[in-house]
Amino acid sequence: MQDKVYAGGDASSVPLMGKSAEPTIFELSAKGRTAFSLRTQEVPVRDPKETVPESLLREKVVELPEVSERDLVGHFTRLSSRQYAVDLGAYPLGSCTMKYNPKFADQVATTSGLYDIHPLTPDSHAQGWLELMATLERYVCEITGMAEATLQPAAGAAGELTGLLIMGAYHRSYGRKRTKVIIPDSAHGTNPASVTLAGYEAVTVPSNDRGLVDLEHLRKLLDDDVAGMMLTNPNTLGLFEEEIHQIAEAVHSVGGLMYYDGANLNAIIGITRPGDMGFDIVHSNLHKTFATPHGGGGPGAGPVAVTAELAPFLPGPKPALVMEDGIERYRWVTPQASIGKVHGFFGNAVVLARALSYMLYNGFDGLKAVSQYAVLNANWLRKMVSQRYDIPYSQTCMHEFVASAQRLRKEGGVKALDIAKALLDNGFHAPTVYFPLVVDEALMMEPTETESLQTLIVLAERLNALAELATTKEGQSQLHEAPVNTPTRRVDEALAARKPRLTFDQPANH
Amino acid sequence: MNLPENLRYSKDHEWVRPQAGSQVVRVGITDYAQDALGDIVFVGLPKIGSTVESGDALGEVESTKSVSDVFAPVSGKVVAVNTELESAPELLNTDPYGDGWICDIEISGSGEVESLMTPEQYADFID
Repeated sequence: MQDKVYAGGDASSVPLMGKSAEPTIFELSAKGRTAFSLRTQEVPVRDPKETVPESLLREKVVELPEVSERDLVGHFTRLSSRQYAVDLGAYPLGSCTMKYNPKFADQVATTSGLYDIHPLTPDSHAQGWLELMATLERYVCEITGMAEATLQPAAGAAGELTGLLIMGAYHRSYGRKRTKVIIPDSAHGTNPASVTLAGYEAVTVPSNDRGLVDLEHLRKLLDDDVAGMMLTNPNTLGLFEEEIHQIAEAVHSVGGLMYYDGANLNAIIGITRPGDMGFDIVHSNLHKTFATPHGGGGPGAGPVAVTAELAPFLPGPKPALVMEDGIERYRWVTPQASIGKVHGFFGNAVVLARALSYMLYNGFDGLKAVSQYAVLNANWLRKMVSQRYDIPYSQTCMHEFVASAQRLRKEGGVKALDIAKALLDNGFHAPTVYFPLVVDEALMMEPTETESLQTLIVLAERLNALAELATTKEGQSQLHEAPVNTPTRRVDEALAARKPRLTFDQPANH
Repeated sequence: MNLPENLRYSKDHEWVRPQAGSQVVRVGITDYAQDALGDIVFVGLPKIGSTVESGDALGEVESTKSVSDVFAPVSGKVVAVNTELESAPELLNTDPYGDGWICDIEISGSGEVESLMTPEQYADFID
């Protein structure tokens, strides 16, 4: 008999306390109550009208919540204990990469001198920061196989827009007017959005029956109107585009550029590089691949790296090592044909420091091992659940794979959403569901490099047990009810979207 | 799967209802499409008077899962739209062939309706 396996990433034991709803901070508010007050006797209270121009004064007092410090701390601490969090347990969420924030990177981010410097500090007084950024640019280029980079873009989507603006500037420099950008049907939703924002028409190329770009179809779409193609490799099905050289050659043959969406870069670091595949522009999601908090809205960083030919168009200013009076110094330099700034200052700078520290901590071999473990773990989990779930594209995957709950839905009415919600009751975060769109009832899983074998064993057992449950009448109704252990039960997403409540009405007794 | 006999179907999962003696056809999305999309929360309608070619984006439907284009199954001019959908997008889920219709199109050419799939052909197509 096998001993019980204890998973490090199993959050079943977390005391998610209480079933009653936490009130909003506004409902805890009582008029006149404050969390902190200065002893004001020594400082005279002045009417704002004496010092602030009337045109700038509010007509009504702003309705902020008024709570004591004790109530404030209690409220947010209770909310934090009701969340599934990366520091609690495993997160098989697909297309999101890092699910763990290394603690040394937190320490780096709070190093005095790195975080307490004003962004307007002259470059002569910020040589350390400039050196850090120049070094990171170099490492990003080495990892992606590009010549030059900008660290400005605030995240992946900002990087996409930056890359497309560079693409446009490049074509204009040759007097070409290009109108279309090609995108596969399995692309991230941000790709067509960025293409539209950059003023291009998005043209979709379908996947073939192996889940890869249909090369013959692509060739038919290529003409003199095509500015380039955006591609994620491995793609969102977790599959490596095996014909990438032929794809790049075809796009280049009509003068188009190849754009690499770096969302899945963590599958290939140290093994291959976008530059070697034939890409011209690459964005890298530092917050997905290199030790920056994932989820919760940021902050992110989406450096864009390009070939030497495109380097003059990069946003500026960039740190550059120059010789002045026989001394080497870092200065801010703007590339000659720069598309301009894409961020107020220098991007989310502390995120950049975290990324560089992660690269240095792991070293080249370590980063390669990260990719190898990410791919190994994904393939192991894929195999372990492949009896109970259909895997529509079943070749060896990269860092993630996509299963389908289509069979469960047809046989017993249990959807991908039900499995995802029930997994929350079982100590694990839900996988990504209903993406990519080319798979029905998609369950997209990415265990990442950080989960132990024990955690993966327990995760696979729970996933398989849920599929088993979906075959019985009683199990089906249980799954439709899930989650039952979480402080908030299943929310009515459709109602929330159809009739959104976007404001909070102050209670009458406020 | 509900596939009314008197309708024609497109590969992009729209239905067309021809009316005897009229060039105006009614257009909507199929039961299969609404089931695959899930709970629909927003419908973007075409403009009355706009002309569309078969295969053009006619409007869009947003569900809790995704945003998808609705494609024109035939070429012609949009002569009426179902404004009920603005406040009640769920009609696409509950009654895709009836109250959940999307628009009426006055057909410009001929033969386009006949070239669409019959219920039997569409049933094979989605199987």
